[in-house]
Amino acid sequence: MTRSRVTSTGPEPVVHRMGDRALLAELGDTSEVHALAAAVRRTIGHLLRELVPGARTLLAVAHDPADLEQVADALATPLEPGAGAAGSGAVGRLIEVAVRYDGQDLEAVAGHTGIPVEQIPAVHADVEHTVAFFGFAPGFGYLDGLPAALRVPRLPSPRVRVEAGAVAIAGLQSVVYPGGTPGGWYVIGHADLPLWRPAHDPPTLFQPGDRVVFRDAR
Amino acid sequence: MIEVLRPGPLATVQDAGRHGHAHLGVGHAGAVDADAYALANRLAGNPYGAAAIELTLGGAALRFRRPARFALTGAPAPAALDGRPAAYGRPEYAPRGAVLTLGAPDLGVRTYLAVGGGIDVPPTLGSRSTDTLSGLGPPVLAAGDLLPVGPAARSAAAADWTPPRLPAALATVRATPGPRAAWLTDAAAARLYAHPWEVTADANRVGVRLRGPALDRTVTGELPSEGMVAGAVQLPASGQPIVFLADHPTTGGYPVVAVVAEPDLPLVAQARPGQRLRFAAVPHPFPVPTELRPA
Repeated sequence: MTRSRVTSTGPEPVVHRMGDRALLAELGDTSEVHALAAAVRRTIGHLLRELVPGARTLLAVAHDPADLEQVADALATPLEPGAGAAGSGAVGRLIEVAVRYDGQDLEAVAGHTGIPVEQIPAVHADVEHTVAFFGFAPGFGYLDGLPAALRVPRLPSPRVRVEAGAVAIAGLQSVVYPGGTPGGWYVIGHADLPLWRPAHDPPTLFQPGDRVVFRDAR
Repeated sequence: MIEVLRPGPLATVQDAGRHGHAHLGVGHAGAVDADAYALANRLAGNPYGAAAIELTLGGAALRFRRPARFALTGAPAPAALDGRPAAYGRPEYAPRGAVLTLGAPDLGVRTYLAVGGGIDVPPTLGSRSTDTLSGLGPPVLAAGDLLPVGPAARSAAAADWTPPRLPAALATVRATPGPRAAWLTDAAAARLYAHPWEVTADANRVGVRLRGPALDRTVTGELPSEGMVAGAVQLPASGQPIVFLADHPTTGGYPVVAVVAEPDLPLVAQARPGQRLRFAAVPHPFPVPTELRPA
């Protein structure tokens, strides 16, 4: 299903109302979401209480509902031609994360994928992921870009608690657990970087749109 | 200092919420009945945004270790200060050591206690609110907790009496069409607004699950996760809607078929299991030309 109209000037988002002070723009893919988020933040960021990327959408919540028309105009502004195309819109920073590939689920991942345990780091590391969006819990960022060879389902039964820094995979995404949450993803390693720091502002090391590359720390 | 002697079923510190971090998965939290919370602060002589105590279904006891002006709003739990009845919706004064006790309210769910100076626990990401979904903010209050109180303003209360606003047995709640309203069949869309929905016991600060005739969707399957707002009426595959309140997750995958108008969200927050809500479709308060675009 096409979720945006493509015009000669680039994709133009479809914009829905979401309550008294918010609008939801629908886009074609995550890179378009991040391109629009960057443009909106630049032009009318001061009018917004929140700007929340989803997998295919961008939610803009205004401080003042009287500004909604201006917010709608900004959301409906056509993106630069090619802004959403893969590889063109390097809006985010590049962040390297050293990983010890010692996760408790490596054997299970090997069983699902047929990739021997000792080769899993080579498949996962050095691949560029993109921070698609956050959700589920504070600091829980969904990272797109997991190689298809590592595609695994969710755990049959989620763990009650997953430690901070656990690097895990499910579907075509990776995550670094913020700590203190339950979790249903396959843990393949651990990162020592403090990714979730609620005493800091911003409280996360990653922001939506950032590019993340895991490096084998051995 | 305020000493928690008995917290009742659930007592938390709440303020106007934690804004600006939803894109990092950090929810808003804050008082679920934003109006009653704001009124309590005005009565106590506090600026908007001061932290108050949100009590659930009464049953609490607290001791004022210092003299303080305070105010109670929201669900009218019978209140007594050292055994003498304490007023609702008016500024009250507690001498040093006075004990405030609350029974169970006949109406509503949440009672707000604002104290002159505000509850002065350390903020997390700009807010003193407890987020019961993520655990951010101060812990849920327990017997024996000591809560610091900030310096009280010398100004008079900004209000001297406020009427309570609580839902009737069948409350009308205004709502606007949500971004996924088109996922409802025509019959389901009509039923959403025509049928009274019963509030179930599955209700907390995250959301309120409603019960009624299942609403059918034209689109089955899941929606890629998208940003959520308080008041969003989500429709899971069960066909029984859920209304999100302050501690809602920042993103979700169920279609939002309607959104409760902000001024009526307190009615949802104060509705008890067994009470019924009827959604009244209203136009959006501010026109936005882009909503006419075909989806």
